[in-house]
Formats: sequence, C-alpha cells, structure tokens
Amino acid sequence: MIASQERRDRAPDDAIRFVLDGEVHTVRGIDPNTTLLDYLREDLRRTGTKEGCAEGDCGACTVVVAELDGDRPRFRAINSCIKFVPTLDGKELFTVEGLRAENGALHPAQQAMVDCHASQCGFCTPGFVMSLFALFRSESAPSVDRINDVLAGNLCRCTGYRPIVAAAQQMYRQAGETDGDWLHQPFSNGDREISPGETELVARLRGIRRDGTLALTGPSVDGGTHSYFAPTNVADMAALVREHPDAYLLAGGTDIGLWVTKAHRDLDTIIYLGNVPELQQLRVTDTDIEVGAGVTVTDCQDVIAEHFEDLGELFRRFASPPIRNAATLVGNIANGSPIGDSMPALICLGATLRLRAGEKTRELPLEDFYLAYQKTALAEGEFVESVTIPLTPADRHFRTYKISKRFDQDISAVCGAFCLELDGSTCRSVRIAYGGMAAIPQRASQCEAALEGKEWSDATLPDALAALEHDYTPIDDMRASAGYRRMVAHNLLRKFFLETSGYDGETRVVGQRR
Amino acid sequence: MSETVGKPLPHESAELHVTGDARYTDDIPEPKGTLHAALGTSERPHARIASIDLEPVRRAPGVVAVVTAADIPGVNDIGVNGDDPIFADGLVEYIGHTIFAVAADTVEHARRAVKLAEIEYEELEPILDIDTALERQSFVLPTNQVSRGNPRKAIEGADHRLRGRVRLGGQDQFYLEGHIAFAIPREGGDLLVYSSSQHPGEVQLVVAHAMAKEAKDVVVECRRMGGGFGGKETQPALFACVTSILATRTGCAVKLRLDRDDDMTITGKRHGYRIDYDVGFDDQGEIQGIELEFSSRCGMSADLSGPVNDRTMFHADNAYYLDNVSIVSHRCKTNTVSNTAFRGFGGPQGMFGIEYVIDEIARYLNVDPLDVRKQNFYGVGERDVTPYQMRVEDNVLPELVPELERSSDYRQRRQEVDAYNADSEYLKRGLALTPVKFGISFTATHYNQAGALIHLYTDGTVLLNHGGTEMGQGLFTKVAQVTAHELGIGIDQIRCTASDTSKVPNASATAASSGSDLNGMAAQAAARTLRERLTRFAMEEHDVGEDEIVFRDGRVQVGDQTMTFAELVKAAYTARISLSATGFYRTPKIHYDRSTMTGRPFYYFAYGAACSEVAIDLLTGESRVLRVDILHDVGQSLNPAIDLGQVEGGFVQGMGWLTTEELWWNPGGQLMTHAPSTYKIPVAGDLPEVFNVNLLPTGRNNEPTIHRSKAVGEPPFMLAISVFHAIKDAVASVGEHRLSPRLDAPATPEKILEAVEALRRRMSEEHERASHGAV
Ligand SMILES: Cc1cc2nc3c(=O)[nH]c(=O)nc-3n(C[C@@H](O)[C@@H](O)[C@H](O)COP(=O)(O)OP(=O)(O)OC[C@H]3O[C@@H](n4cnc5c(N)ncnc54)[C@H](O)[C@@H]3O)c2cc1C
Ligand code: FES
Ligand code: FES
Repeated sequence: MIASQERRDRAPDDAIRFVLDGEVHTVRGIDPNTTLLDYLREDLRRTGTKEGCAEGDCGACTVVVAELDGDRPRFRAINSCIKFVPTLDGKELFTVEGLRAENGALHPAQQAMVDCHASQCGFCTPGFVMSLFALFRSESAPSVDRINDVLAGNLCRCTGYRPIVAAAQQMYRQAGETDGDWLHQPFSNGDREISPGETELVARLRGIRRDGTLALTGPSVDGGTHSYFAPTNVADMAALVREHPDAYLLAGGTDIGLWVTKAHRDLDTIIYLGNVPELQQLRVTDTDIEVGAGVTVTDCQDVIAEHFEDLGELFRRFASPPIRNAATLVGNIANGSPIGDSMPALICLGATLRLRAGEKTRELPLEDFYLAYQKTALAEGEFVESVTIPLTPADRHFRTYKISKRFDQDISAVCGAFCLELDGSTCRSVRIAYGGMAAIPQRASQCEAALEGKEWSDATLPDALAALEHDYTPIDDMRASAGYRRMVAHNLLRKFFLETSGYDGETRVVGQRR
Repeated sequence: MSETVGKPLPHESAELHVTGDARYTDDIPEPKGTLHAALGTSERPHARIASIDLEPVRRAPGVVAVVTAADIPGVNDIGVNGDDPIFADGLVEYIGHTIFAVAADTVEHARRAVKLAEIEYEELEPILDIDTALERQSFVLPTNQVSRGNPRKAIEGADHRLRGRVRLGGQDQFYLEGHIAFAIPREGGDLLVYSSSQHPGEVQLVVAHAMAKEAKDVVVECRRMGGGFGGKETQPALFACVTSILATRTGCAVKLRLDRDDDMTITGKRHGYRIDYDVGFDDQGEIQGIELEFSSRCGMSADLSGPVNDRTMFHADNAYYLDNVSIVSHRCKTNTVSNTAFRGFGGPQGMFGIEYVIDEIARYLNVDPLDVRKQNFYGVGERDVTPYQMRVEDNVLPELVPELERSSDYRQRRQEVDAYNADSEYLKRGLALTPVKFGISFTATHYNQAGALIHLYTDGTVLLNHGGTEMGQGLFTKVAQVTAHELGIGIDQIRCTASDTSKVPNASATAASSGSDLNGMAAQAAARTLRERLTRFAMEEHDVGEDEIVFRDGRVQVGDQTMTFAELVKAAYTARISLSATGFYRTPKIHYDRSTMTGRPFYYFAYGAACSEVAIDLLTGESRVLRVDILHDVGQSLNPAIDLGQVEGGFVQGMGWLTTEELWWNPGGQLMTHAPSTYKIPVAGDLPEVFNVNLLPTGRNNEPTIHRSKAVGEPPFMLAISVFHAIKDAVASVGEHRLSPRLDAPATPEKILEAVEALRRRMSEEHERASHGAV
C-alpha cells in the first residue's frame, strides 16, 4: 500500500526514452502493444531491419540493445519483431543503419560479410550483421561451434551459412584495420580500459535511468486504450498486479509477443517486470540456485550449467541467443506450455517457486504448479517471484534430453529429464518427467514406482518401460506422432540407463557430451 | 577487354545488403494515403460457399474497400490453365483459397478485418493425399509417359527383380522475404506494380487481363527479391492482381505484404511424390529394365505442374543409361495448395527415384552402392541416349566421380564407417556418394530467349537492364561482369537497374537456372553493338584499323593514343552516335515434341557429385551430417565466388528438403507447418563440420554459352541426395547391410526411428524363420 501510495504521489511519466544513434529518443502517445520492428519500419522509416516471420524465429529483425552491466555497457541481440517499444525505455538501441563509422567506413562485421560473399539475396543480412555485431562487442575469438550457436536464431535460405560463419571469424581480423571508432573495436575481456565511447554510452544510459514507474496509455488498434506500467521495485509491482488483476505480466515477451503479432490480440494492460531490480537477482548458495523472475535465460544459463551439465546443453539448444537474451526462465515456467523445455528438468530436480501476492509470499513445488492444460496454480493478483533449484548431492545422476526435428532453435517433440540417486546399485530415489507427452509437464509416477527400491540394471528396465506406457497418452501433431513420442520416451529412459550404468560407447550425436 | 569475367567479385549489392540500404518492395517509400491489403481465405479444403456476409468486414475500423470475384473488371484467373481464380467464386478448393480482399488504412486493421467475415460452407468431400487422388483418378492434367525398348520383358527376363514404393515430401521455398505486391494507380487508369517476382512480364499480362486492360497499360518492376527459388515464378500474380483491383477501386496506392503464415498457407511449394518402381538387373547391378511411376501432389490447380512433372520424367534417368524403360507421371489433384516451381523444378524428385532404386539394387546384391552407380553410368560415345532420345554429349561424370571418390577418401572411409559401426551399438554412421546430371534450358522452348538494354551516358557510365530478375543468385553481378568485359570498363561504372517491363519487354521468367545463360548473352550482344559503334567511330575519327583499337581497364587504345572510355563516349555523343542498344539471344539447337516427350529439350547438362557422411542415433532417430565433399561442374565460371555460393547454398537447401523440412497437414486438410516455428529449414549448426566444396577445375561448356560457363542455380540442390542415402546407409547397418531399410523422405528423426524399428522387426522375423528352418 505504502509503495503504491508513493507511486501515485509521483507524477506519472508518459514518455518512453531510449537512445538511438547516440541521441535520446522520446516516444509519446504510442500504443504500448507496438512492436519495435513496426515502430522502426513504419514510424521511423528505418527499413534496414526486416520482417521475415514476426514470431522470433528467423532473425531478419535482429537489433542490438545496450544496457548497463555494472559500469560497462553490455550488448545483446534481440528480435525486434516481438519486442514492445516501451520495454526499450532506459536502453540504447543499435540498428543496422547505425554501424558505419563517422567517415562512412563499414563496420568490421559488415565488411567481413562483404568480403566473405556472405550475402546473396541480402534479406537476412541485416539480421546477421546485428548478431555478429553483438558477438563482436561481447566476446573475443569465438570458436566455430560457438559461432554456430550464436547464429542459431538467424535463418538464411540462400548461402548455406558457410560464408557467414567465415565472416564471423574474419571480422575480428578486420577490426585492427579500421579507424578509431570504438564500436569498430572488438570486445576485449574487460582487460582493456573502458574507451571514451563506452564511457559516453554509460553516461547516456545513466542519464535516462528512471526511478519511478513508467506509466503509459496509448490508443489501441481498434480505437480503445491500452495501458502499460513498468514498476521499478517489487512492492510497486505487487501493488500494480493487485490493482490490475487482468493485466498481462510481461517478462521477456517471447511468448506474449506472438499473441499480438500472430493472434492479433489486444493486451489492454501490461505490467512489465523487466525493470524491477529485486526480480533480477541470481543467487547461488551452497544448497541452491535462486533465479529471479526477471533473469533471462542468457543470464542464468552458465551458472546453472556449472552445476547441471545437461541443463547447460539444454539451454544451448533452447530457442536462440536473441530469444534467450529476452526470455526469462520464470516466464518459461509461468507460461506453462506442455512443451516448454525447462520444466521436466526443474521438476525432476525438485525446484520450487516463490509466489507473491501483495506483501504475501508462498512457496510451491514446481510440479504442483501445473493443474491442467495452460492452467496454473497462480491465484488472482499473484505472480512468480523466483524459482529455486536445489543443488543435488554429487552422487546424484541427472540427465535431460531434448528431441526435435532440428537441433537448434526448435520446439521439443519430447523432452525427458531423469534424476536418480543410488544406494549401491539400488534406486533410492528416482524422478522422471517428460514434456510433450501430456497436456502439462508431468512426472512419470508409475515408471518411477517401478524403479524405486529396485536394482538399477538391465533386469529392472523392462518393468519400468512397461510402466511408462501407462503414464502418458501423447498426441499426434506436426512435431511428431503419438507413436514416435511414446517410443522416444522409452528410449530416452534406456539412454539414461546406458549413460549411468557404465556403457562406454557414444550415445549422443550432438552437444558437448558427444 | 578487362579482367572482370571469371573474377570472384562481390555481389553488386553486397554493400547495400550489409548496411540495410538495399531496398526491397516493402522498403519503397509509400505515397501519401497508401492502403494496406489483407486476404480473406477459405477455412475448408473443399466446399461450396453457401453464404457470405462481408458487412462486418466493411464496418471494421480502418477498412476502405472490400472486393470479391464480382469486383474483378476482367478475367478472374491467374493460372496457366484457367483453373486458378484470383477469388474463389462459389467453390473453394483448399484451406487458404482466397475469397475476398480488404484494403484498410493500416496493415493491422486489414488483417483483423478479414477475420470478421461470416461464411457458411456446404462441405464437399476433400481429396487430401496422393493415394486417394490416384484411387479416385483425380488429376489436374492427363497422365504422361515416355518409354523405350520393352521394359516389362526385360524386367521379367532379368536375373533379379525388385519392386517397391518410396514417398518423398514436398518443400516450402521459405524465401526470407515473403510475397508482396504494391500497386500505384497512374493517370488514365494505368498501373505501376512493384512485385517481388521472378517473372514481371507474366505479372504484367495477368494484371492486364484481370483489370480488362492491355499490356501497355501496366508496368511491373522488381529491383530485387529477398529470395525466390521458384516460389515467385507464377505465385506473385495473385497478389499483384489483388493490389491492382483494390488500387483501381480506391484510387490509392495499395500494398499487400503477406504475413509468413499466410504466405506458407496460400502459396505453392515443391511437389511431394509417391514413386513406385519395378526393376530388373543382373549380378553386377546393371539395370536391364525398369518401370518408374511418379505420382505427384499438384494441389488444386495445374499451375506449373505440367512442366514440373515433365522435368521429373526428364531426370528419372539422372546419370544412368536405361535401355528398357518406362516412365509414367500422374499429376494428382488434391484439395491442398497448388504446388509450383522450386529449385530443380521436378528434377530432384525424378533423380531421387532412380537413386533410391540404385541403392536398393546395391543393398540387394550386398555391394557398395557407388559400384552399382558406376555400373549404370551413361557411357561416352555409347550407351549415351536418354529415354527421351537426347544424346548425352558432354558427360564429365566418368572423370568427375572418380576424382571425388579419391579426394573424399571414399573407400578408406567406407572401411572406417564399418569399423565404427561394429564398435558402436547406439550410434551408427553412413556414407554415400551420389552424382547429379541436370538438363539446362526451359523445356518450354519459346522461353529460351532474352533481351537486354544498355545505355551509355556521356560521362562514360553505363546503365544496364535485362529481362532477368535478381533474387540473390548473383545474376545482376554476372551480367554486369559480362558487360564490363565487352566494354573494357570496371564493374563500378555500371549501374544495374530494376527488372522493368517497360525497359525489356516480354521477358521470360528468371528460372530453370537459365538467368545468366540467357541474359548474359543478350547483354553481351547489346554491349557488342555499342562497342562496335564506338570502334567504327574511333576508326573513322582517328583513321586507324579495327585491330588497333583496344578497350581495357576503362581506357581505349586507339592507334598510338589512349583516352578514357568516357572521353571516347563523349566524343561519340558529340558526333551524334547512338549510345543506346538492345541485345537479344535465343538458345540454339533445342527442340522437343511434347506429344512424344522426345527431342533435345536441353542445350547441355550440368554435372556434379557429392559424398556425405552422417551419424544417426538408433534410440531417437536423430541424425547429423558429419562431412560433405562436393565436386561440381560450372563450366568456366563467370564468378567463382557466386558459383560457390550457389553450390553450397543449394546443397544445404537440399539437405533441408531431405531431413528436417516436413510439411504436415492435419486430418482436416490444414497445413500445420506454416511458419518457421514449425517448419525447420537448416541453420548454421546443421552444417557439416567438414565441408569441402570445389568447382571442377577443368570445367568448360562444350556449347558456346556465355564465356563457356554453365548454369548453376538448380543443379547443386540435388547433391544433397547423398545425405539421404548416407542416412539410409547408416540405417542399413542395423540390418547388417543384408536387408535394405524402407526410408521415406524427409528423413526426420521419426522416419529414421521408424525405419530402424521396421528393419529390426524384419531381422528378428528372418532370424525366427531361420531358426524354424533349422528345427
Ligand atoms: C523463436 C522462439 C523459440 C523458442 N524456443 C523455445 C525452446 O526451445 N524451448 C522452450 O521451452 N521455449 C521456447 N520458446 C518459448 C520461450 O521463449 C518462452 O517460454 C520464454 O521462456 C518465456 O519467457 P518470457 O520472459 O519471454 O515470458 P513472457 O512472454 O513475457 O511471458 C510468458 C507468460 O508467462 C507469464 N509470466 C511471465 N513472468 C511471470 C511471472 N513472474 N509471474 C507470473 N506469470 C509470469 C506471462 O504473463 C505470460 O503469460 C521459444 C520462443 C520463441 C519465440
Ligand atoms: S521477423 Fe523473424 S525473428 Fe523477427
Ligand atoms: S542471403 Fe538470402 S536469405 Fe540469406
């Protein structure tokens, strides 16, 4: 209450401010549901950024956003097609038009693309250039595997990618040859002095930093009104959620964005949680990892991977870098899709959620969060504050596998996760969960029961596989048939067994554990 | 002359691409008051429209006009055969069939409005797949056949015989730029239409018919497309017509940009096929007689299905001599989107069929498939006549394939793969080397012509125009190189300009890989005319012989003096010499009789071969391409960088066709894979770790094509058939290479796992039979 009182006292600020081409850009009176891509192309007539799908899957619309990371700027590629303009508030935006040096020289990422013959029709090219620019400004000397991962969200139908990957390597070599423009200098592990250009950028970002809630209203497509709130502390946020129980809670927008661009839905009221510092926390202790609701997959994937190698591999294949730069882990959980990738693993690992309504919070095991298809245990006015993953004892075996038509940036047909504690060779505790097999991410309780207390051996496996048959009734769709899903669910358990029972042959065709 | 032809120059628009300056149709500044269109489409695969209420659409915010079939001033047809209405009139034949269109003030208003139509359907029974179409004899065009000898007798008399069936999925073009048209009304009811089209000339004619106008009243322009791949050959006409109707109706500029889902639902794709075969062969695997029956999913109208299926028939031999042969082609009508051109244009499906048969023969005989391939290759000077009676005169495969076999270490790696498989229980590897022979020319002979237009300005710069379109394949760059070469200038002195029906008339589609063959020759002719005029002028002016005049590096040597090209042009201008010329070319030698399917449909053949190695996971069916070696013949390359790009890009696209790209319809006939979230084209990480791609160093076209180069757009696509067979090879290891797996394409994880499981079942059945036999 106090927080919301304070919020009312402060005059609501109705202008979005972000930096573009080095200058503060102010936007007023816009429909808060407007995507950045439409704003760039239609309002600003910056048509270098392209639309290839309007659903985050092709990368033609890639732009780069700089934010403060401590006292340095951090550069991230994102998909402008599903990014709402108000969420840019407080950030600096780079588009393909802004990369040339003042003297007109191409950026090394651009020059390398030209020199490597990496554009044919050129329609995907601005998006690739921006993904490369973000890479250039955030990593040095990436390997080919890393480059492939970085480019997983950019589709090119013409080149076959080989020259683009070559350009990604070449741009670092080219960098030395250009003038003094700091954007044309590659990232160097923080060991270099912060450049004057970066210092200016940081100053610009500080200059538009906002203390209070950004509150906007704007006309909707059909002549109504849309509103948008971006609170800057969790108490304000909780109050807003209470006040507007029908509001859409917006995190990365990688699910919500599509409701606007594909389903043509109206998001009457949006509450954006990306500016709430308390929700940005990523806390690692001896016993668990807590990931705040505002933490993106990019920001938590490495930390989680340190403890759970297979989750690292799963996140490597989760969507694409630009999507992961926006998408939150909690958003994945809260969205509750039956084919969301993180849930089977997190359920297996015994993750819990902290839910908050107003001042009150409660803890809930993740597996109890899902009630039915697209229905969760969230009460009215309640939201997820964080997810906590207990760190497993060292002798616990954990695996998760994602099966999809394409390895990178695809949605799972089946995603399986397995967690096993052994007493000698006896299964002391087994947790198995699958995505893609039911209307919600769900544990395989009958299969677990068939294993609990049994020998972890070839002999027990048939019973467990038979039990698995009764746990799920999967469906046929464009990703896979029910029959395939069933068979793969079986075979993943078999694979888990192989990998945890001393089989020493290869079991994977991709990934770090290959 | 100057050193431009044969050089790896960057794409003429490369700098525009990387800076975002390159303008595509949607980037053209809109005149004030531009309206945006959206399409109202059928939600049923086959139905009569019982009633339609568009009032809610008309009343929706921002809507300015709503049009249906009744509002078309001219002919309601965009098709090749009169079976493809702009707006369905009473009868809808697939989910996505356009029924009406809206123009509104914004894109979002237009797209929302079309959802408000109230349409009642009287459902008719749909035909949703090839098998049902065959059963019901539902065809868009009559069945076609080509044959030679007596295949039936040869099959029956052969040492061995195999019969089987394989299914092959279609493919979406997935150009990154979706379909778009932008019509601007001009004075007197004339129209300017910007269209993302491989065939502006056809768009012009179709729009003229639809609008009850004449060709002279309509100008169609396209500077570049964000990819085409055949998907923008006939398909743009619909959108151009809709915008023209709405623009004429409202008096405003109207733009129609399809959302990706609409694009994939409404526009045609590569035809999926069922292929049935019956083959007789000897102990060496040499084919004695073969019957191939191709049945393709054409969708609801003929569109380009005639020539696409003809090309399947022309490539059902691929690189192999088939003495006694029958090739039958059924063109099935289904209540799905009308399929169309896509890189290879039916050729890949024909080749896929024969390669599958060859692989089956090899498995049956338990020999290396490469040996069976070689056993059946066309000869040089013998065994060299195709089933359609064309002699193969330029066969380079006898040298190309052994060279690739050597450079890829095929035999050694075959052993390594076997050794790996012996050790690895759950992952298996497979290896395959397959050839490509692809015929170059439009099979519709009259399409094999082109025109070009070149202007010289007094400052020595050049404006180049020709009938070809730029979709990323590098055509404009190559034609500029040819032009620069003739005029002895640098490519930077040349401005490539948009394809424009008012500059070069009656141009053919840029398709069939023929772009640089045709337009390069036409531009060369135009440039030569200009150079000859300049030469004659210089001879007279400076009193020198023709052999004393040399155009090179932007300068002209005239006797013992030199001047810049610009100086000469300026002088010629002052002397009132015409500085604009057209050029024309038509491909010689080709002819063919559609009624008998015989003749010389192709000017020449392009060749290549690829060797692929894969790994598969027997538990999940996942596969990964590990290494690919390619050797491809582009003749004497006009631009090796561009050609390499075509080879690599074509291969990767082909790989997608046969692995991850699956078109899936639900039981109600709705395509569910209509966006990149569900339709998966290859990404960077799908590239093989080792990818050795080489152009055949000795390549040279036997025929006097433009600088003895060869067409390169389509042929490399089919190199990817090696990936499919490598996967099949890996699966076959489960049957100890004794039993051949049944594997359909695309080889998704699901199909691979199915094939593995089926093979396992057959193995254990065989095992059981054997042990029963022993008892
Ligand atoms: C191209 C693309 C590829 C993708 N690939 C994958 C993939 O490989 N695997 C996969 O699992 N997913 C994938 N996704 C979906 C994935 O990006 C999302 O599920 C993502 O994790 C959601 O997070 P977000 O922050 O973007 O959520 P948003 O879109 O902002 O929100 C999603 C939902 O969660 C709710 N929500 C968000 N935060 C909270 C909160 N704190 N409390 C209560 N409710 C909340 C929102 O109201 C909304 O209903 C993909 C998406 C795209 C566009
Ligand atoms: S337009 Fe395709 S990812 Fe944004
Ligand atoms: S260059 Fe055409 S899609 Fe990449």
